[in-house]
Amino acid sequence: MRAVRDWFANPWGQPRLLGAFTWLYMAWSIVPVGIAILFSFNNGRSRSVWQGFSTRWWWGDPNNSVLHDPTLRGAIEQSLRLAGLDMIVAVPLGVGLAVGLTRWRGYGARPVNYLMLFPLVTPEIVMAVSLLLVFSLLYSIPFGTEAQALGQVTFSISYVVIIVRGRLLSIGPEYEEAARDLGASQLGAFRLALLPLLWPAVFASFIVVFALSIDDFVVTAYMSAGQSTQTVPILIYSSVRGTATPALNAVATVMVVITLLSVGLAYVVYRWSARKQAATTSNALNEIAALEV
Amino acid sequence: MRRWFWPSFAVPGVAWLVLLFLVPTYAVVAVAFGTIDPLSLNPVPAWNPLDWQFSTMQSVLAELKPGHTFWIVFVRTFEYVAIALAGCLLIGYPVAYYLARYARRTRGILLILLIVPFWVSYLMRMLAWVGLLLPDGLVNRVLLHLGVISQPYPWLAGQSSSVIFALIYGYVPYMILPLYAVLDRIDRSVLEAGRDLGGNPISTFLHVTLPLSKNGILAASVLITLPMFGDYYTNDVISGSPKTSMIGNQINLYFQGGSEANVGASLVIVLSLFLAVLMSYYLWVTVRASAETKESLL
Repeated sequence: MRAVRDWFANPWGQPRLLGAFTWLYMAWSIVPVGIAILFSFNNGRSRSVWQGFSTRWWWGDPNNSVLHDPTLRGAIEQSLRLAGLDMIVAVPLGVGLAVGLTRWRGYGARPVNYLMLFPLVTPEIVMAVSLLLVFSLLYSIPFGTEAQALGQVTFSISYVVIIVRGRLLSIGPEYEEAARDLGASQLGAFRLALLPLLWPAVFASFIVVFALSIDDFVVTAYMSAGQSTQTVPILIYSSVRGTATPALNAVATVMVVITLLSVGLAYVVYRWSARKQAATTSNALNEIAALEV
Repeated sequence: MRRWFWPSFAVPGVAWLVLLFLVPTYAVVAVAFGTIDPLSLNPVPAWNPLDWQFSTMQSVLAELKPGHTFWIVFVRTFEYVAIALAGCLLIGYPVAYYLARYARRTRGILLILLIVPFWVSYLMRMLAWVGLLLPDGLVNRVLLHLGVISQPYPWLAGQSSSVIFALIYGYVPYMILPLYAVLDRIDRSVLEAGRDLGGNPISTFLHVTLPLSKNGILAASVLITLPMFGDYYTNDVISGSPKTSMIGNQINLYFQGGSEANVGASLVIVLSLFLAVLMSYYLWVTVRASAETKESLL
C-alpha cells in the first residue's frame, strides 16, 4: 500500500513495486537451483524430502557416490573433455572467420556473413538431426567423442565470430595501418597490432564457448555413442524422471561449481587485463552481459 | 596489399560451416525426399534432385491438415510457445526495465544474479524444478499446508501448465539480457524531454520507452521463440507424456529408435520453413544493425 501511495505522491521516484518484482524474480530464478544443490547433501535416497545432512552422495557411499560411481564421474569427465576440445577448435576458427569477414571487402563477404549467422538461428534439433544424418549416411564418422566435438564446434563458431567482430569494429583499421606505415608486413601488422588488441575478445570467446559446450544437450546427445560418451546434461535428462539418487544433484552441483569458478576467475583476469588497456574503459561487467546477446 | 590475405583467414571457418552445416542441411532434404531400405529400415537418401520422391512429404502434409496428428501437435506447440513467450515478456520486460532505469547501487549485483542462470546448465535448472514438483516435493507440501489443495497434485504427470511454466523459467533469462541492452541504450534526456513536455510516467513509457524498445522486444522474442519451437527435453523432463508432446518431441521420436527417418526429416523441413519467416526477420535485423555500426564508425 505504501508503495502505491508513494507513487501517487511522486510518480517519478523510485518504483518500489518494480524493485520488489525484480528481486522476487532473482529469487525465483536462483533459489530452486540452491535447493537442488542443498539436496545433494541429503541423508536419504529422496531428492525432494529432506532427511538430514550427509556427504554420502558426494564421497561416503562406496558405490553410488560421485567419487565412486564411474558412470557419474565419467559424465563429468566427458563434459570437461568436450568443453576443452570445443574451445581449442572453435575459438581459432571463429577468430579467423571474424577477422577475415571484417577486413575482406569482396563479393564473398556477404553470403559468408549469412552462412555464419544461420547456426545461431537454427533450432538445435534441426542441426542435430542434420549432423546425425550426414555423419551416418555420407561421412561415415562414428558417433562418440569426435562426432560430439565436431557438432559442438559447428554451433560455437558463430558466437566467437559475433564477439570478436564486435571488438574488431570498435578497434577500426587505424592501428594496423600505423604498423604498416612503420614498415611491418601484412602478417606482422596483424600479429603485432591487431592480435594484442583482440585479446579481451578472444578471452571472452573462450569463456562463452566453454559455457556453450558444458550446457549443450541436444547436439551432444544426438552425437553420443551410448553411456560411455554421456555428458552431465545427458545424464540428467536420462535419469531425472527415474529413481535417481541425490548423487545426480551432486554431479550437477559439481558442474555448476566448476563453471562458476572458471567464469569468476576468467572475469577477474579479464578485468585485470582490461585495466591495463587504456582502450577498454567501459564497464567490463556490461561487456560480459552483452556477450550473451 | 595482397588481395587474398584477409579472405584466407576466413577459409578454415567457411570450409567448416560448409561441410558441417550446409552439407548436413542438404542431407535432411535428401533423406526427406529419399526412400527407406525395406530390409535394414535405414534411410536411402536421394542426393540427386532428379531422384526425389514426394510421397513421404505428401503423407506428412496430409497429417498436417486440421484435426490430424501433426496438426494437433503443431497447434499445441504454437500455443505453448505463444503463452510462454507472453509470460517471458511479462516477467522479463519489467525486470530489464528496472535494471536499466532505476537500479544504481544494486545494478552490479543484480546483473550478476541475472547472468548466473547462463552459467547453470539448462538441465540442471530443470532438475531443480523436478525436485520441487515431485508429489512429495516442496511445492506440493507448501500448497497442502496452505490448504490450497487437499492432496498432492501430479505436476510432473503430463500437465500443460507445468510444461509452459518450465519453458518460461528456462527461457526468460535469454530474453532479459537483450531487453536490458536495448533499454540501457535509451538516452535519459529523451525520457526527461517526455517528462518536461508534461507526460506522466505512464504516458512517457507508452510514447517514448516502448516505441524505442520495440525492435529489441521483437529481436528478443525471436531469439527465444526459435529454440522453444525445437525444444523437446523440457517436455520430456517435466511431463514425459504424449498428451503434451510438442513438434520437437515428434521429430525426436522419429530419430531416436524410430524406423521412419524420412518422415522425421520431412517434419524437420516443415518446421524449418515455418521458422524461416522468424529467422529471416532476425537475420535482417542483425545484418542491418551491424551495417549501421560500420557506418557510424566510418
